[in-house]
Amino acid sequence: MIDVLDAVKTYGEVRVVDGVRLALPSGGLTSIIGPNGAGKSTLLSLVARLVGLDGGRVLVDGLDVTTTKSDVLARRIAALRQENHLASRLTVRDLVTFGRYPHSKGRTTPEDLEHVARAIEFLDLGSLADRFLDEMSGGQRQRAFVAMVLCQDTDVLLLDEPLNNLDPRHAVAMMERLRAAADQLGKTVVVVVHDINVAAYYSDHIVAMSDGAVMFEGPPHAVICPEVLSDVYGLPVSVHTIEGRPHATYFR
Amino acid sequence: MSLEIRPTTTAPGPEPSTQRPPSSATPLPPPPTNRRPRWILIGLGATLLVAALAFMTVGAKGSWDFVLPFRGTKLLAMALVGVAVAVSTVMFQTVTDNRILTPSIMGFDALYLLLQTTLVFSIGSARMTAIPAPAKFLLESAVMVTFGVLLYRWLLSGRRRSVHVLVLAGIVLGVFFRSLSSFMTRLIDPNEFQVLQDAMFASFNSFDRSLVWLAALLLGGAVATAWALRRRLDVLLLGRERATMLGVDHQRTVGLVLVVVAVLVSVSTALVGPITFFGLLVANLAYRIAGSHRHAVVMPVAALLGVLALVAGQTVLEQVFEFDTALAVIIEFLGGIVFLALLMRGDKR
Ligand SMILES: Nc1ncnc2c1ncn2[C@@H]1O[C@H](COP(=O)(O)OP(=O)(O)OP(=O)(O)O)[C@@H](O)[C@H]1O
Ligand SMILES: [Mg+2]
Repeated sequence: MIDVLDAVKTYGEVRVVDGVRLALPSGGLTSIIGPNGAGKSTLLSLVARLVGLDGGRVLVDGLDVTTTKSDVLARRIAALRQENHLASRLTVRDLVTFGRYPHSKGRTTPEDLEHVARAIEFLDLGSLADRFLDEMSGGQRQRAFVAMVLCQDTDVLLLDEPLNNLDPRHAVAMMERLRAAADQLGKTVVVVVHDINVAAYYSDHIVAMSDGAVMFEGPPHAVICPEVLSDVYGLPVSVHTIEGRPHATYFR
Repeated sequence: MSLEIRPTTTAPGPEPSTQRPPSSATPLPPPPTNRRPRWILIGLGATLLVAALAFMTVGAKGSWDFVLPFRGTKLLAMALVGVAVAVSTVMFQTVTDNRILTPSIMGFDALYLLLQTTLVFSIGSARMTAIPAPAKFLLESAVMVTFGVLLYRWLLSGRRRSVHVLVLAGIVLGVFFRSLSSFMTRLIDPNEFQVLQDAMFASFNSFDRSLVWLAALLLGGAVATAWALRRRLDVLLLGRERATMLGVDHQRTVGLVLVVVAVLVSVSTALVGPITFFGLLVANLAYRIAGSHRHAVVMPVAALLGVLALVAGQTVLEQVFEFDTALAVIIEFLGGIVFLALLMRGDKR
């Protein structure tokens, strides 16, 4: 579904994404992990055509993201960005309704409104739907932005740190929702997460990045092991098996 | 160092939310319909109608055959300028992602002055007044549109700049253009300077009436384009990345918007003269009262406010105070205060 072919992005002299090769199948949940500045967000932005490639190609569903028309891609890829700054004053409902733009082109139909209401319900925002975003807590706002992304109803979902600002309960709920989106609706979900154990528990596939390159990738039990993680993060990590699943600890 | 975590006495919270895959079985509450924009539009429209009637009739002396066309042209000019200034400001603020800048603050008024000075300087006031009015008007508009588009592109291209940097850039450009004009003014005949004096402030009394219909045509086209762009403008409110995500070609749309803005500002300036802060006043008032972020609401509300302020202001000044030219000065004064207030508050929205 997502094919990254030797993607390169340079800022000045620095190759922030340095010849990344990835092939993610359709359906399933992939987590990207790695230290700050590894190039995770940049890679996601490249796939989402938010920044231009300096080399290589990215195909989504066989469509080259640099040459395919933006509004065609908008019905296939939706992305959540790491930071959720917004200059204008919108309510949750206004924001989520924007997620329908690729389908409605701004002429909102009753069907669009149904999608909007469902996304708001889905992210537990029912009582906040008509609240202004600048009057909400960080986690509530984060959920509103995820609702907008889900409302776009695309096959591919790219979420950069969707667990930002979320409390444990909402973090778990978020991951379960994304799992459900992959399992029940067949969506291809890619998330960037910093919590290694969240990645271990919820993903089908883990990609570990460092210095703009993919260091390791594979199923959780292959990536979540002391050698790999210590190497990726430059930090001693030990892995224990709890209830048959790998569990990393990295502080004493 | 050790941290002791004591168990709390209360029972653990609700179960970590159970999965609710989207189901259409549950009846969804209909979203509340927002009626406010409609009432605001109706209210403003009605008030404007009253103001326009008052402007046309109050204190009319002499035959209606003279008064009606005379005042009608003036009314049309005010309507054109009010709409152009309001719509261009709203669009410009949407694409620059802030609520402090107006297209004119970015050095445009000074550019107009420079253009006038250059004309007088290079060909002399006598020959300048000899150019047929429509030709001169079109030439001025074309030059300003070109410069305006270049200026805005340059200011907004590349890396995102902070609002304060843009304000500063606007001021610097303004000073630069003004110094150039005043340098040229020093070199020209004092008599010719008189011609320039008139160009410094907008006036609804001394504009060339023969140009109103030409201006209406050009501005009408620009406003129609703005209206056609209204839904895409809404998406631009989300910023470049999210707009791209939603399938809007950001660069192309912003480019188009800037051309429309440049046409609106240039033509209205070429018609009555430069207006700097007025747009700020009406746009910010419109955001406050419109009750919606949608351009389909905000642009008409701002436009109605703009025309209303000009028509009502002009009526009051002419009929009550018997002033003639002070409207532009008063409006600029009020707008300038709003500008300072917004700048002080650091309101970047
Ligand atoms: N617009 C930019 N201009 C210059 N350098 C940039 C730009 N954006 C990112 N970088 C650099 O590229 C590198 C990768 O950034 P990126 O945001 O992809 O990291 P990340 O893996 O998402 O990190 P984090 O975990 O902190 O979010 C960093 O070193 C960053 O400083
Ligand atoms: Mg990041």
